[in-house]
Amino acid sequence: MMVRKLLLIIASTSVLIVGLIFLFTFIESTDAIYQIGLGDLLTGTIWRPGAIIGDTEGQFGLIPMILGSIYSTLGAILLGVPLSIFTAIFLAEIAPPLIRDLFRPAVELLAGIPSVIFGLFGMIVLAPLIRNFEVAGNSGFGILNASIILAIMILPTITNVAEDAIRAVPDSYRHAALAMGATRWQTIITIVLPAARSGIVAAIILGIGRALGETMALIMVIGNSIAIPTPLDGNPLTLLLATARTLTGNIAVEINYAAGVHRSALFFTGVLLFLLLLIINRIAHFILKERKIS
Amino acid sequence: MAIFTDFTNEHIAQNQGSKKNLHKRKFIEKFSFSFIWLAATFTIVILFFLVGYVISNGIKVIDLEFLTTRPAGGVSGKGGISTTVVTTIYLVFLTISIAAPLGIGAAVFMIEYAPEFLKTKGFATHLIQIIRTSVEILAGVPSIIFGLFGFAVFVSYMKLKFSLLSAGLSGACLILPVIIRTTEEAILTVPKSYREGSLALGATKWQTVFNVILPSAMPGIITGIILSVGRVIAETAVFWVTLGGSYRLPKNLLSSGRSMALHVYMLASETRAFDKALGTSAILIVIIIFLNLFINIASRQFSKKFSGK
Repeated sequence: MMVRKLLLIIASTSVLIVGLIFLFTFIESTDAIYQIGLGDLLTGTIWRPGAIIGDTEGQFGLIPMILGSIYSTLGAILLGVPLSIFTAIFLAEIAPPLIRDLFRPAVELLAGIPSVIFGLFGMIVLAPLIRNFEVAGNSGFGILNASIILAIMILPTITNVAEDAIRAVPDSYRHAALAMGATRWQTIITIVLPAARSGIVAAIILGIGRALGETMALIMVIGNSIAIPTPLDGNPLTLLLATARTLTGNIAVEINYAAGVHRSALFFTGVLLFLLLLIINRIAHFILKERKIS
Repeated sequence: MAIFTDFTNEHIAQNQGSKKNLHKRKFIEKFSFSFIWLAATFTIVILFFLVGYVISNGIKVIDLEFLTTRPAGGVSGKGGISTTVVTTIYLVFLTISIAAPLGIGAAVFMIEYAPEFLKTKGFATHLIQIIRTSVEILAGVPSIIFGLFGFAVFVSYMKLKFSLLSAGLSGACLILPVIIRTTEEAILTVPKSYREGSLALGATKWQTVFNVILPSAMPGIITGIILSVGRVIAETAVFWVTLGGSYRLPKNLLSSGRSMALHVYMLASETRAFDKALGTSAILIVIIIFLNLFINIASRQFSKKFSGK
């Protein structure tokens, strides 16, 4: 009986941690909410902490970071999702067992590589390559660099979940399709993938969560400018070459020296991020659970 | 008769049509499969290029001196990585020794004890549901939020400063869901007959858990712990805001320090000593490769054990 109670208390640590995370980040952000106001924080387009400029009046609008997070995540999804899904189809349906046994550990390794190494790779290898686009103001760092790095980083997440979803489709579906004369490819496209659809959607949502939450690799390659990312010249595609800053990066870059309202505004950034990812992950879990039940 | 002829002609025409159709479908299949092969190969090429680039360039700066001298500090980027290796080892031990007992205990409770609680209606039933949801939530919280939390609670509120202890506690929160999840899976694979055998011999529930279930699940639990070691070694964001980043050797739990991954970040973004950053990264990648190899071998043996082959 004693043991059971003790274990119950131990098991409740997770609840305590989730509670404390929410409580502390929320309490720390109340200053910002009162002094700056929710509206200004969420719709303000200028982020200028006073302490840096030497001006006492800081401005704390999060729109530049929200846009930075959205752009880099969108880029990562556009580049990473097709590659991840194809790799998942390959691993689940097409690869011969020997090749699969070699590829799976490789994808797992990709998931284990420290994010700073991706960032370093972006700084040393990708940035000089991107600098080859001859556009004024192109530093090689920015949304494009960040999107490529993020796309590689979310690949294992999406591939693993999508592969599981494809594998979970009963073999009887495949056999029925093949017996009707469908080729293997037709079976995959018209039967297997539609049956695994919800799992693949969950995989993509989890990938989005992973991209929004990534920090260190991004602050190394995205340039961290506090302005709203805009195209460098008349061509709208040069938006990709613009530097930006993400919500995660905003916290990491400034928290170590921030004080007062500035610090509180950074905690507010954290609350925003926490809630956003909570919703995203809950949706993904919900979809995956529904699948299991059906 | 006329009807019959018509039928045959139509049949033949259809047959020819479907043959052509089959060729077309086979062609589309071949084309699509090659495309997917290409995409998957591209994924692997990216991985090998990244790993190969870091290791082949990093190995140039790795020698005994690099491993045994401490970073020089400042913006010079000179010196080796000795103290960062030691700090990383400290952090691994600290986070695992905090998170492993909590994680394993929580997993044992959720698998072995929670079902009994669920039979009795009331507060406990809700609590178990809340615990399950919390573990899921924790697994999805991005590391910078754990860092922010550690910064607010341990560094500022509990006044532990930027220290090994602050970083260890924050890091433990990060790996707790990993350990819970892997331990739960390991305990679930232990056959029911083991439990029944032990209980039939007169062992209590706890004796069964401690002497039969945990030892049987041990390889799976160790896999989870190794996975967490990898997470801690690779983690940067949490330690960036809780560990402080001092290049000196930590004297006690309250001294600041710098892990290897954090060192890579600081070298790259503050000193631009890319060669040394690559050297440190190469060592990190090799460690991660070995950990992954170990996990693969261990989990293969674990599944062999219970599949009876």
